Amino acid sequence: MSTSVNLSVDFAGVPMRNPVTTASGTFGSGAEYSEFVDLSALGAVTTKGVASVPWPGNQTPRICETYGGMLNAIGLQNPGIDLFLKRDIPFLKQYDTRIIVNVCGKTPEEYVRVVERLAEEEVDLLEINISCPNVKAGGIAFGQDPVSVEKITSQIKDRAKQPVIMKLSPNVTDIAQIAQAAEAGGADAVSLINTLTGMKIDINRRTFALANKTGGMSGPAVKPIAVRMVYQVAQVVKIPVLGMGGITTAEDALEFIMAGATMVAVGTANFHNPSATVEIIQGIEQFMRENKVADIRELIGCVR
Amino acid sequence: MSEKKKSIATVVSQDIISVGIYSMWLSFPKEQDVAAAAVPGQFISLYCKDGSCLLPRPISICDINKEESSLRIVYRIVGKGTQEFSELLPGDTIMVVGPLGNGFTPKSGKSILIGGGIGIPPMLALAKSLSDEVSVVLGYRTNDLFLKDEFVSYAKVYVSTEDGSAGTKGNVIDAIRAEGLEADTIYACGPVPMLRGVKAFAEEQGIAAQISMEEKMACGIGACLACVCQSAEKDAHSNVNNKRVCKDGPVFDANELLFSTEFGK
Repeated sequence: MSTSVNLSVDFAGVPMRNPVTTASGTFGSGAEYSEFVDLSALGAVTTKGVASVPWPGNQTPRICETYGGMLNAIGLQNPGIDLFLKRDIPFLKQYDTRIIVNVCGKTPEEYVRVVERLAEEEVDLLEINISCPNVKAGGIAFGQDPVSVEKITSQIKDRAKQPVIMKLSPNVTDIAQIAQAAEAGGADAVSLINTLTGMKIDINRRTFALANKTGGMSGPAVKPIAVRMVYQVAQVVKIPVLGMGGITTAEDALEFIMAGATMVAVGTANFHNPSATVEIIQGIEQFMRENKVADIRELIGCVR
Repeated sequence: MSEKKKSIATVVSQDIISVGIYSMWLSFPKEQDVAAAAVPGQFISLYCKDGSCLLPRPISICDINKEESSLRIVYRIVGKGTQEFSELLPGDTIMVVGPLGNGFTPKSGKSILIGGGIGIPPMLALAKSLSDEVSVVLGYRTNDLFLKDEFVSYAKVYVSTEDGSAGTKGNVIDAIRAEGLEADTIYACGPVPMLRGVKAFAEEQGIAAQISMEEKMACGIGACLACVCQSAEKDAHSNVNNKRVCKDGPVFDANELLFSTEFGK
């Protein structure tokens, strides 16, 4: 018999219908995937990174497949905050889901400019991308040193009206130390992992598979690394963790939740299965019923 | 908003038509209208069962049978994904999303259809759909002239080969010049160097041209911004002259394509 189970969570003060969102950059602002899934079924939609002005991104080829994963070097092509506010936010407001806006910039001032523009908008959370491996300025440059992470976090927190999630790079010596720096800077949450820097050589053309030479690796192949990092971070910070990295099934999502993630994001799996997000939510619910778990919160961080 | 759905297609037939080149008919559940909605120049995304191959394979539609609710693809084995497809047998199933992209816009008057290599298959569906005088120019490396004979019922067929073993020695533009072909509209699909040549030829002759582009794709539906090509106009998504091959294309007006490698200019 079906008894009701509670999937809702509180994430940095924002109530979520369920703990599943999308990983920035894999889902646009939801418009394309709304033809496959009901966006209102998601805990939140996390949008692709938006900057203060439009960015053209990198040259092509921008992606390649690897065994059980992929590399991307899109280079944060985005329409800039003006068009984003005019088009993407009103689109998402049609749905009964939370909105997490991912923010990118080349300088601290550029991040702050976007954060200020979002202040009066009906968005629920901000996710600050200090971890993109594919842009020359900004991105990962802010995310690899604890001192700069704490500094940019507090600069953004000074201006932000919404709770701030700092998105962390796995391309560091000690991600727990970076997470603590974000917390010290006032972050309301952290999300991890962004992609791992990788490379593929096209042996027939004797050149790089990507025009950018290197790209960010994602997909099921990176999942054990991501679970390990979510676990390490969850042990040392009090703020909630949004976990991601190769989540393809409900079982994958549950690993992250048990490792300490309050929410999880589905990224590359959307490419492999456009309705992956809702199937994962249904799978989590089914797991809870089968295992007589009344409340998802019983599972968050249950493995220590 | 149109409802795109994943389909489970059933393999009707699978034939080897040349070395490493396969022809497969797929039938779709009638209620999903996949074949009914398809037009020449569109593509479908095929998903691998092998979980190590994450990304869908975009393959152009070679033929459309609306009565039977089926589509034909002709594809070359280039890696593990297409290898997996080639091993499917009649009755096997495969996950498909589509039809995707915009397709060609048929124009009245004389037309030249240009296909190069594995860009030839979509021109067959187009040739069948055009009623006025149609010439087809097919570019091959060698005299392995796959699909050529199937065009004969719908068009006058000309061939170029790189090694000169059949038709005009050289490329498709060499064949068009050698045969003195004329047209009101050119439609083309093939490798980028060929397409660049088609654009230059069309401009020189003052002929309108519709060009089908190819680029590495991830999502196939316009979300991930992997498969962009530099465009003369601002693109609808990001306003940065990067049109999405999967969503805004794959077919573009030749004037729209810059074939430049410098982004953001």
